[in-house]
Amino acid sequence: MGRYVARRLLQMIPVFIGSTFLIFMMMYVLPGDPVRALMGEQAFDPTLVEKMRHDLGLDQPWWWQYGHYLAGLFQGDFGTEIASKREISEIIAAAFPVTIRLTLFAFTFTAVVGIGLGIIAGLRPDSVQDRGLLTLTLILISMPSFVLGYLLQYFFAFQLQMVTPTVQDSENFGDLLLPAVVLGSLSLAYVARLTRTSMVENLRADYMRTAVAKGLPRRRIVGVHLMRNSLIPVVTFLGTDIGNLMTGAIVTEGIFNVQGVGNAIFEALTRREGATVVGIASLIVIVYLFTSLIVDLLYAVLDPRIRYA
Amino acid sequence: MRGARSAKWVAGAIVVALAATACGGGSDDKGDSSKKGALAGYVSIDVGEPQKPLVPADTNESNGGYVIRALFTQLLDFDEKGEIVYTNAESVTTKDSKTWTVKLKEGWKFHNGEPVTAQSYVDAWNWYANSKNNQQNAFWFSDIVGYEDVHPDKGEPKSDKMSGLKVVDDTTFTIELKDQVPYFNYKLGYTTFAPLPKVFYDDPKAFGQKPIGNGPYQFEKWTHKKLIQVKAWDGYKGPNKAQNKGIQFKHYATPEAAYQDVVSGNLDIIKQVGPTDLPKYKQDLGDGALDQPYAAIQTLVPAFYSKTFKGVDPKVLQGLSMAIDRDTITKTVLNNTRMPATSFTPPQVKGNQQLDTDIFKYDPAKAKKLIKEGGGVPGNKIWIQYNTDGGHKEWVTAVCESIRNATGVDCVGDPKPDFATDLEARDNNEVKSMYRGGWVADYPININFLKELYHSKAESNNGRFSDKEIDKLMEKGDNASSLEEAVKAYQEVEKKLVDKMPSIPLWYYRINGGHGKNVDNVTINYQGDIQLHKVTVK
Repeated sequence: MGRYVARRLLQMIPVFIGSTFLIFMMMYVLPGDPVRALMGEQAFDPTLVEKMRHDLGLDQPWWWQYGHYLAGLFQGDFGTEIASKREISEIIAAAFPVTIRLTLFAFTFTAVVGIGLGIIAGLRPDSVQDRGLLTLTLILISMPSFVLGYLLQYFFAFQLQMVTPTVQDSENFGDLLLPAVVLGSLSLAYVARLTRTSMVENLRADYMRTAVAKGLPRRRIVGVHLMRNSLIPVVTFLGTDIGNLMTGAIVTEGIFNVQGVGNAIFEALTRREGATVVGIASLIVIVYLFTSLIVDLLYAVLDPRIRYA
Repeated sequence: MRGARSAKWVAGAIVVALAATACGGGSDDKGDSSKKGALAGYVSIDVGEPQKPLVPADTNESNGGYVIRALFTQLLDFDEKGEIVYTNAESVTTKDSKTWTVKLKEGWKFHNGEPVTAQSYVDAWNWYANSKNNQQNAFWFSDIVGYEDVHPDKGEPKSDKMSGLKVVDDTTFTIELKDQVPYFNYKLGYTTFAPLPKVFYDDPKAFGQKPIGNGPYQFEKWTHKKLIQVKAWDGYKGPNKAQNKGIQFKHYATPEAAYQDVVSGNLDIIKQVGPTDLPKYKQDLGDGALDQPYAAIQTLVPAFYSKTFKGVDPKVLQGLSMAIDRDTITKTVLNNTRMPATSFTPPQVKGNQQLDTDIFKYDPAKAKKLIKEGGGVPGNKIWIQYNTDGGHKEWVTAVCESIRNATGVDCVGDPKPDFATDLEARDNNEVKSMYRGGWVADYPININFLKELYHSKAESNNGRFSDKEIDKLMEKGDNASSLEEAVKAYQEVEKKLVDKMPSIPLWYYRINGGHGKNVDNVTINYQGDIQLHKVTVK
């Protein structure tokens, strides 16, 4: 187990370098120069653009720029933004905690409510609860997140006046409730459906019949035997979903004015702040890698046949 | 057994992860959260994160401009009609349009108590113009004698002082220009000409995060991508003294989010309502709705190097202009956010005139005839280049539809994913046939809209329009002995442009903003910016 984890951690290094390279090259081949974009539509001085490009090393070939970036990265230096002259580590430090809070909130909501609903429906297939769940999740899946976002905003902020329409303070969990619900609702639908389906399937499995025949109490049959096997696909989904929740929140962040990673990376992209994009995207890659490792380890917990050496 | 042991591992990992995020989370001021960030007597507005550190000569975009204008005061400013109002200067005078004498008002101070003297101005301008300091607006000083010494095209500057700037005494200095510029005093209204206190030179980088100016407001705090807060400064002596206790510039990711906050009373002012809320904002905000034209214009600029328009007969362009139904498009697609153009300059600038022409009128029959007379459009097809991140797609489609229906010339949009790509194509002469151009007044004179865009050597003349006759007429205006004569000469230039068609003017901009019930006296200046110092809190 320990060796397995160590191996996985070591594998992350080449993946990390590879992904920074890919993202760096994508930024490099994008048309549009960050220094020129700074000048906007009004008059400007072209010699100044040339000089700034030279000072920033933007007139060098791509391998020089990438090497320069990597060298900085290994010394813990993410670089500096061209326009704002802020350290990129500072930008990351401002955006990530907000996003992580929002993600954890949305994730908890997805997992608890999604699995809960799935169990309720899955234990009684084709009952009223089951049909109700299928309808509800169908609505959630087919509704774009901005529709749901504006609907909830209208209902809770303007009709009921329970919350402010946008997030005033990103450290206040009450403020983050609405965006988290909106963000988590699509995954919630998938989780509920996954849980339901795999429970319905496993209910008919042989080992379930054996457990019932042994005369085990129902709580133990459902709680230990049924749940453990049914949750494997759900855990896989939830694991990859953490990454999606973190990066896929641009629309939701926009509606509720949350200054998280989605917005930071989008703004950096339109301004061609290459270093910011590469820095944030690489960190998200790391988050993906870690969650997939945790998911793999969780398999062993859920299914004793799976072992890592 | 195996399973239980790995469970401990996983649980441990999760605990560590949670702890790590909790540590990162519980940071700065908890105290604000109970009051939801609102401060009594302060005005809040949706002005986002400035692109750059707050240095006057390095700021040319709207967000930073708002903050700079609150913190700094230049020599003079303009009223709603575009007339000069002296702020820090007592007077700016000249006899020959070449040597200008500036007299400062006495007793002015920076926020840290340092007196504002002629030296504060001269030192600041020398620093801004110096090519070592990479200031974006450095070229604004290029009229001054000695600019080449501090800002050579190549290599290191020879000097750190422009010889054209001379301090006479504490409150007087003179500016010597290379050539006559009869409207130079109007240029001085731009925020780039603001003075700097001595502490700036110790650490310009730190200053950019925490500026000290001489303006109506004093810097309080800047939480990046969230909030910039300034408070009214008691010691301010200018005519534009703050009528409120301070301003909160709040960052919003989308105009829609800001709009929701104005409607619900969490934000006082929104400077531009987003397209989705435009149809209903007057109903929602009532008396708080703002709808006013300002000095900016949108044009279609033909690329005179492109296959379509190389050596084009101006009649073709006049024809295309007459094929655009400006009235209908501004009313429907643009929701009255623009006003149909009737000349090359907006009405708010000095020298704007009624042009004796019908090229701005929608007339399909005449449009067809003119295009035919001019020899038609090569390939019978034009492209309009625009950036998709600026909300231009809708009107470009409508304009194309209008041209196609009226003249039979095929017209399609040429979308670029964002503004940066759009600009790059313009700079590199890669525009297929026309691009969407826009210009906001730097100073309220027609010269700004004509010389900067259509002089053959102008940097922003990306259509590469070049006409000796026009250049000559402009030269006449630049050599005029008084402002009135210069404006008149440029009026002649504009009349001539009708026959040359360096661009197809489409419409003038309007601002469509609004404010909530907590504030009053929200007005707009000629550049479309909200005059925050005048806003009162109820």
